[in-house]
Amino acid sequence: MVTDWFTGDGDGFRLLGTRCSACVSVFFPREDGHCRNPACPGGELEEVPLSRRGRVWSYTDSRYRPPSPYVSDPELPWEPYALIAVELEAERIVVLGQAVPGITVADLAVGMEVEVVPGVLDEDTETTWTTWHWRPAEVTA
Amino acid sequence: MTGDVAVLGAGMHPWGKWGRGFVEYGTAAARAALADAGLEWRDVGSIVGADTVRGGYPGYVAGATFAKALGWQGARVASVYAACASGAQAVNTARAQLLSGLADVVLVVGADAAPKGFFRPAGGERHDDPDWLRFRVLGATNPTYFGLYARRRMALYGDTPEDFAQVKVKNAALGALNPYARYRKRVSAEEVAASAVVADPLRLLDICATSDGGAALVLSSMEFARRHGAADPVRIRAVSTVTPRYPNTVLDLPDIATDSAAGAPPPDETFRASIARAAYEEAGIGPEDLSLAEVYDLSTALELQWYEDLGLCGEGEGAKLLREGATALGGRIPVNASGGLASFGEAVPAQAIAQVCELTWQLRGDAGDRQIAGARVGLTANQGLFGHGSAVLAVR
Repeated sequence: MVTDWFTGDGDGFRLLGTRCSACVSVFFPREDGHCRNPACPGGELEEVPLSRRGRVWSYTDSRYRPPSPYVSDPELPWEPYALIAVELEAERIVVLGQAVPGITVADLAVGMEVEVVPGVLDEDTETTWTTWHWRPAEVTA
Repeated sequence: MTGDVAVLGAGMHPWGKWGRGFVEYGTAAARAALADAGLEWRDVGSIVGADTVRGGYPGYVAGATFAKALGWQGARVASVYAACASGAQAVNTARAQLLSGLADVVLVVGADAAPKGFFRPAGGERHDDPDWLRFRVLGATNPTYFGLYARRRMALYGDTPEDFAQVKVKNAALGALNPYARYRKRVSAEEVAASAVVADPLRLLDICATSDGGAALVLSSMEFARRHGAADPVRIRAVSTVTPRYPNTVLDLPDIATDSAAGAPPPDETFRASIARAAYEEAGIGPEDLSLAEVYDLSTALELQWYEDLGLCGEGEGAKLLREGATALGGRIPVNASGGLASFGEAVPAQAIAQVCELTWQLRGDAGDRQIAGARVGLTANQGLFGHGSAVLAVR
């Protein structure tokens, strides 16, 4: 579904973007066609791992079950999850993601340091869909 | 300066959940606008429809859909899709035809029958569609983004949920005075605070509903208006339909990430602010000249953001402007005198047209109990998915 958006396990888990060799703009989700900076003559787009840690730009949660194509089991009671928009300093980009399960908005603050970890978006008997989650840096798994 | 076009007629179908098709709402609004203009449908040389993507294939060709319902008469036809900015871009298409002499009279129509609950992307496995991806990968609904913006304002400027609630209180009081609004009851801050949290910190009454509705305008060249006996019509002086500039550093619907500012400095102003500035520059008019503004209050917190983006106050001062009463009826610069989306709900292709209907009635002095005394200049602002945003500036 989101081929080559992230890689690795455990502490080696990273989001993957691409970076323009000419103007150093970073793209996530990855841009493999042409650099989108209109002032750039256009360089090679090279795959780069994004910074593992960043700071919370903002956050919210989802108290109602999102509609399809989000996949959730309608038989189970809805468990809200938090969503965090994270500012990565080196890349100067903000990336949205779900918080790790169990983290609520009460645990979060704008400016707090978070790190990216692998997570499970959904699973059925045949497939597990993996994704990225943001986790407050002082929380250990 | 590119010249004015006249607003000869404005019409709406009342908004609500009526359970009928969008064609019915659109044609009712069109007939009302034609009657208001004192024109027959057969007098119209061009029709521009703002598209709905609901209702299946006919929705993508709204101009012809409305023309058929009104009776084929050979008019020039166009259909415009620009998400929430569809209506404003339909107005812009009509204006371009009038200014270029392609038509003397243009009918602009937008209508929708919206589903209940969250908006969602079209069906299927659509891995190349950012709108599909944000739902599938993150479960990020529209209120997710509104919640992020609201929380960010709280952290940066000290806005409170009570400030946000006061936007709803203001807009509900105005909607109560508007016969076309879906919600016509006043709402108290306590009722907002007692409603369920949807996307922290925003509650159900902080977020606009989905609605059925329709709105239409009859626009003409100034020369036709004079011949028609409208010596001093409401005039559209500017329509801004700009894209963002790279790098767009505010997380926007439906994106999962912003552009990176690593390779190019961010622009001096945000996308939303550039929408209004483009309209001001085209009209040669500034925020200090405005009598009223109609903005997309998709959430209460977002209305405060628009105050700043429109230049009604400085950055971070939106809540202060609201607390002073400046944006209420009787204040220095009333915002959403119509009741806003808080009172109407979203009928996507119609709402930007409905904003111009409200400007028209206000600038004519026909707005009844919600009339802003001596209104001379009005601005609308909206923003849709995928880098669409528009503003319409009208004068009398």
